[in-house]
Amino acid sequence: MDSALSLHRFHFAFTITFHYLFVQLTLGLSLLIFILRTMALRTGNEHYAESARFWAKIFAVNFALGVVTGIPMEFQFGTNWARFSKAAGGVIGQTLAMEGLYSFFLESSFLGLMLFGEKILGRVGHWFSTMAVWIGSWMSGYLIVATNSWMQRPVGHEIGAGGEIRLTSWAALLFNDWAFWQYWHTIMGGVVTGTFVMAGTGAFYLLLKKHEQFGKTFVRVGVTVGIAAALLAAFPTGDQQGQLVARHQPVTLAAMEGHFETQAGAPIAILGQPDINKRKLDNPFVIPKALSFITHRQWEAVVHGLDAFPVETWPDNIPLLYYSFHIMVGLGTIFMAIMGLAFVLQWRGTLYRIKPMLWVLMLAIPLPYVANTAGWMTSELGRQPWVIYGLMRTSAGTSPHVSSGSAMFTLLGFMGMYSLLMMLGLFMIWREIDHGPGRTAGSHH
Amino acid sequence: MLPVIWFWIVAVMVAVYVVLDGFDLGAGIVHLGVAKTDRERRAVLRSIGPVWDGNEVWLLAAGGTLYFAFPPLYAAGFSGFYLPLMILLWLLILRGISVEFRNHLDNGVWKPLWDVVFCLASGLVAIFFGAALGNVVRGVPLDQNGDFFLPLWTNWLPGPHPGILDWYTVLVGALAFLTLAQHGALWVAYKTEDSVHLRARHVARMAWIGVAILTVAVTIASFSIQPHLRESFAAAPAGFLFPALALVGLLGIRIMITRGDEMKAFLSSCLFILGMLTSVVFGVFPMVLPAIPDSALSLTIHNASAPTYGLEVGLKWFVPGFLLATAYFVFLYRRFAGKVRLEDGGY
Repeated sequence: MDSALSLHRFHFAFTITFHYLFVQLTLGLSLLIFILRTMALRTGNEHYAESARFWAKIFAVNFALGVVTGIPMEFQFGTNWARFSKAAGGVIGQTLAMEGLYSFFLESSFLGLMLFGEKILGRVGHWFSTMAVWIGSWMSGYLIVATNSWMQRPVGHEIGAGGEIRLTSWAALLFNDWAFWQYWHTIMGGVVTGTFVMAGTGAFYLLLKKHEQFGKTFVRVGVTVGIAAALLAAFPTGDQQGQLVARHQPVTLAAMEGHFETQAGAPIAILGQPDINKRKLDNPFVIPKALSFITHRQWEAVVHGLDAFPVETWPDNIPLLYYSFHIMVGLGTIFMAIMGLAFVLQWRGTLYRIKPMLWVLMLAIPLPYVANTAGWMTSELGRQPWVIYGLMRTSAGTSPHVSSGSAMFTLLGFMGMYSLLMMLGLFMIWREIDHGPGRTAGSHH
Repeated sequence: MLPVIWFWIVAVMVAVYVVLDGFDLGAGIVHLGVAKTDRERRAVLRSIGPVWDGNEVWLLAAGGTLYFAFPPLYAAGFSGFYLPLMILLWLLILRGISVEFRNHLDNGVWKPLWDVVFCLASGLVAIFFGAALGNVVRGVPLDQNGDFFLPLWTNWLPGPHPGILDWYTVLVGALAFLTLAQHGALWVAYKTEDSVHLRARHVARMAWIGVAILTVAVTIASFSIQPHLRESFAAAPAGFLFPALALVGLLGIRIMITRGDEMKAFLSSCLFILGMLTSVVFGVFPMVLPAIPDSALSLTIHNASAPTYGLEVGLKWFVPGFLLATAYFVFLYRRFAGKVRLEDGGY
């Protein structure tokens, strides 16, 4: 692989991964803030309104970082991937432009009203603004996932005389079956992040014996929504996403699972390290026949291994793909366990007193970020060596005049800039958490 | 016909972006001068706080629309201006966080630091946009594939070995800087009271003189550098409507500010910006990115537009989406109409 290509890939991967740290919390918190505002409206209890105000401040910091790191994403299709953009812009530009027009305007206009307009809008108007921000961010998610889904499973197109890809069906692009499941899987991933952050912050307050009423509310809302999201992220959304990969990208499935040899009654690897040279999995720990069942719903079905496909169609980094996928699935399982246990304890009324459980909730905050990142890495590494699956090789999509030196320079620039953003962001959010809720009745800052 | 419609849609979206984000960029440029105390600076930030983010979305929406309607232009332009675009992105990042983070800490080092970052980043962004527009008028060395790559500068002459910066593009950058400074000062004057209001008025009056002089200079320079402008206006004299609008706007600013009607002065400034941008767009049409030295290699609305089906279906979602976005903005601006009141919460 030539170095300019690697750099362009890492440039995009780094900036999108960093951006997505903020996006996933936005997806989760926008729903949770809307839930808190709805509780406030229904019960008339100021406690919930204050809870929502507290999270809105954290949301604002997080959202600002999401916006400033999001703008470079829209530019990078053109700056670093000019040949891809020239060929496919007529298709994926549709969903990207729709995102700007339908979601970003909704989100940004009503965010201003949500943060600044509580007094001038009245209770119902303000509640409506939080709903608009939630809908805007989830709609933005759909249009981005639809864009990505078209790259995973290109539909509704034909190839023009000049090699450009022409859209033939807007409906096919927008209602791609891949987009439906990937969307809900992605959204549930975001909600899991939001609920772990909220419940973990609540657990922190309970352990400190500070802001305990708020702590209980955060844990309760976080755990209640969190168990639902953790389950839905696995079934049916994650499972159906896997089915789509098995059907449309069977070589990707084999690589994700570290499944080298075609066989009937194929086992699933829980642990193990792929050795590409020897084409086997070292130290495998497997469940017999499980891969056949998960893939084809039959214990004895044949599952194609990597050996069934030409090497030039294999994803180009199988170990990283394998580890990403296994980390995502492993953490997803842990989330169900943590949230499930917390939910049972909450139901029995003992959760707020059981310190080890509160510690687990608090320390688990980073894990959904890891899982969401690993999930996207699975999706994107799994699509390789294609930028548009089956249509365009990633190596054919870069900008011809942007040298590896330029790409390295701007990559380092982004790394420096984003390190600064991360420090500032954590500092700001830590300050809000340290001050805690309950001080904002009346005035912000 | 469809490429022409989309050409004007993209042009309008860019113009709306410049008019809207222009005043918060301008507020950033002038705020160190017009607001001295912390309370005054907060008033300036408060005047743009609820809207700046939405204003910047017009850049994204315009970029997205350009991407799908004219993919080869998007690809060539963004990769050709690689380095300056990346620097622009960094400036936009710094500017965004300076607005959002300034008021989180009440600290005598923290706030002035972000105030300066906000001012510098806003000013450089304005100069950059002007220089970018200058490049589009002058043209870039497109090759047979419709690609180019430009050094940041060469000999500062818009001749056979162009750079992104030459005396002409820098001149346009300077005009953009002063225009947006004036635009922002008028917005701040309209939104604030007392000393900030008075200082902002003064800054706007000073900037106007520079804007008027540079407008004449840039106009003369543009016509001599890009011969196509003269052809366009000669072929369709109705096009003189656009520069006429700009002239009305420019005079309107002066008259209204003298009368003390900042709202109308600000609206005149909007008209001036719209008139200037539409004049440029009309002048280079049907080119979207002129090529030098061989103008036959230029990207035009015909060789750079997406296929018909996409443009057709795009209109169906674009029109309702655009109306919705306009409705949000009308609602948002009406809600925050009138002078800034710091006690209303936020920042």
